[in-house]
Amino acid sequence: MTLLQYLVRRAGLTAFVIFGITLVTFVLTHVVPADPVVSYLGDHAPQDLVVTARHQLGLDRPLPAQYGIYLRQLVRGNLGISIMDNRPVSADLRQYLPATVELATAAMVVAIAIGVPAGIASAVYKDAWPDHVARIFALAGTSLPIFYLALLLLGVLYVRLGVLPGPGQLGIYTTPPQPVTGMVVVDALLTGDWLALRDALQHLILPAAVLGYYQTGLITRMTRGSLLEVLRQDYVRTARAKGVSERGVVLRHALRNALLPTVTVVGLAFGGLLSGAVLTETIFAWPGIGRYATNSVTNVDIPAVLGVTLVIAVIYSVANLAVDVLYAYLDPQIRYT
Amino acid sequence: MSHLPSVRSAEALKDAPPPGAFLRWDRRAGEQSSARLVWTAFRRSPLALAGLVIVAAFVGIAVLAPVLAIQNPLAQDLNRRLLAPSETHPFGLDSLGRDVLSRVVYGARISVVSGVSVVTAAIFFGTTAGTAAGWHGGWWDEALMRLTDMFLAFPPLVLAMAISAILRPSLTNALIAIAITSWPSYARLARAQTLAIRPRNYIEAAKAQGARDLAIVLRHLIPNAIAPLFVQATLDIGGIILTAAGLAFIGFGAQPPTPEWGLLVSEGRSFLMDQWWIATFPAVAILLLVLGFNLLGDGVRDVLDPRLRKVG
Repeated sequence: MTLLQYLVRRAGLTAFVIFGITLVTFVLTHVVPADPVVSYLGDHAPQDLVVTARHQLGLDRPLPAQYGIYLRQLVRGNLGISIMDNRPVSADLRQYLPATVELATAAMVVAIAIGVPAGIASAVYKDAWPDHVARIFALAGTSLPIFYLALLLLGVLYVRLGVLPGPGQLGIYTTPPQPVTGMVVVDALLTGDWLALRDALQHLILPAAVLGYYQTGLITRMTRGSLLEVLRQDYVRTARAKGVSERGVVLRHALRNALLPTVTVVGLAFGGLLSGAVLTETIFAWPGIGRYATNSVTNVDIPAVLGVTLVIAVIYSVANLAVDVLYAYLDPQIRYT
Repeated sequence: MSHLPSVRSAEALKDAPPPGAFLRWDRRAGEQSSARLVWTAFRRSPLALAGLVIVAAFVGIAVLAPVLAIQNPLAQDLNRRLLAPSETHPFGLDSLGRDVLSRVVYGARISVVSGVSVVTAAIFFGTTAGTAAGWHGGWWDEALMRLTDMFLAFPPLVLAMAISAILRPSLTNALIAIAITSWPSYARLARAQTLAIRPRNYIEAAKAQGARDLAIVLRHLIPNAIAPLFVQATLDIGGIILTAAGLAFIGFGAQPPTPEWGLLVSEGRSFLMDQWWIATFPAVAILLLVLGFNLLGDGVRDVLDPRLRKVG
């Protein structure tokens, strides 16, 4: 199978999965005990108005037809109107998504920057102290409740010591940079607003570290495992026999192949990152879709809840698609299985 | 792996029992070797043993909660609120004067039962769907596997939040939601196992003896296929406990005054810097139990998966 054929097949599967996701969210809308018409018009709306509204919303049609309407609206990017702020859910999500992308990217950078070197050290010094330290650090990362870690770091570094700023994306006295992408750090960089950039980066450190720690654990463990496996391959022995320095063997010969499984973990970690973002954003008052999800659930804002669920599931599926394709590109064997 | 047929060499064939005894012999031998493998794992890996000890300790705490708790975990004493840890209350008192130790001890019940019930449900539905897909093949297989793709697209915490908005937030609803996102990976494992086991001799032998499909699946296939699912369960259970605690922390899981660990951390969050004990003891309990399951899961997997065993 060529890469293109693989890509087409895999993308087809993702399209099907996204169709399935819409089916799940549609079913969820219809098990809601509350009548959407009542929530739009109030309890005491006149009967004829209720009937008209039902007709306008398509609620008097059979379920498959309603699903058709729902799909047609989705394709147009219409996710319904939020009950909280009376704005289209899609507009809300467009506003909040950049902050989450910014936070998730920063967390991933932290996780890779720490996880890969820690994994290498752990494998190279197997069963010596750097290995033990790295493994304990990684295990703690996958076992620690991140909401407690977030509270603790915020309490110590912000409340007690005051070395880092508190919750939020920017301090209250900082003028936000001109919006370009919606991501504060990127916008500050693009507009050359150095004061805002400094403030935004300082605000980003804690949430990114907290969110990245869990992924760091996963990446450390995966890098260690696959590097150990690669280091016992024949070609590594050949390289050593030819007199390549240990550093050269690890960095130039072994690491490149060992990082393949790490790519998968990074992709799979994306789901965890999105779940983690909900907790992290809630604690750090980060204006992203995670906090939007929490607020909409708290306010029983069903259109907003289902919109954000749908969007997160779609992002997750597309990320998985990207990982699979990248993996197939890096390792042609995968295309034949 | 544990489910390998017991006939491994010509040596073993010499001692093979008469053909009539094939079915029983095969399964029993499989169980023995798997138990032996697990035991070697624990002997070789102190970390896995530590995991087993931690998990066993928490199961003990959960079972003995009424004995270990100093007082009723819900009993309030507003005159003694926020009291620091002391001899009478080793974990201190919370903002309503409730004994934190008693609440943490009862919380072990909730977390252990939550984790175990979710993986049990996931194994049950996953095995049912996976063996059905693998056994029937064709249309069944296609439909069931696409169904697993659909549910794998939702991060557990996010789907759980949606369900808790639509029904109402409760521990049970949170666990149902986590189970809904957990079963697909078990279904895939069970399907792969079924495909591997279906052509084996003892299955053919059972068919030849005229056994019904359901009987073959229940008595011969599933017992030989299920070991990897249990390994997966040990690996997953820590993450499930963390998700349930996270949901309770943001208010969409267990509800007050339930002594659930995530909820206890949430109740202590405004006191963290001064009355640290309220949130810290339940957080440490979560960390230890999840760590225990992760260590245990790693240890069991390392032994049962020969490819990883080599890596060490």
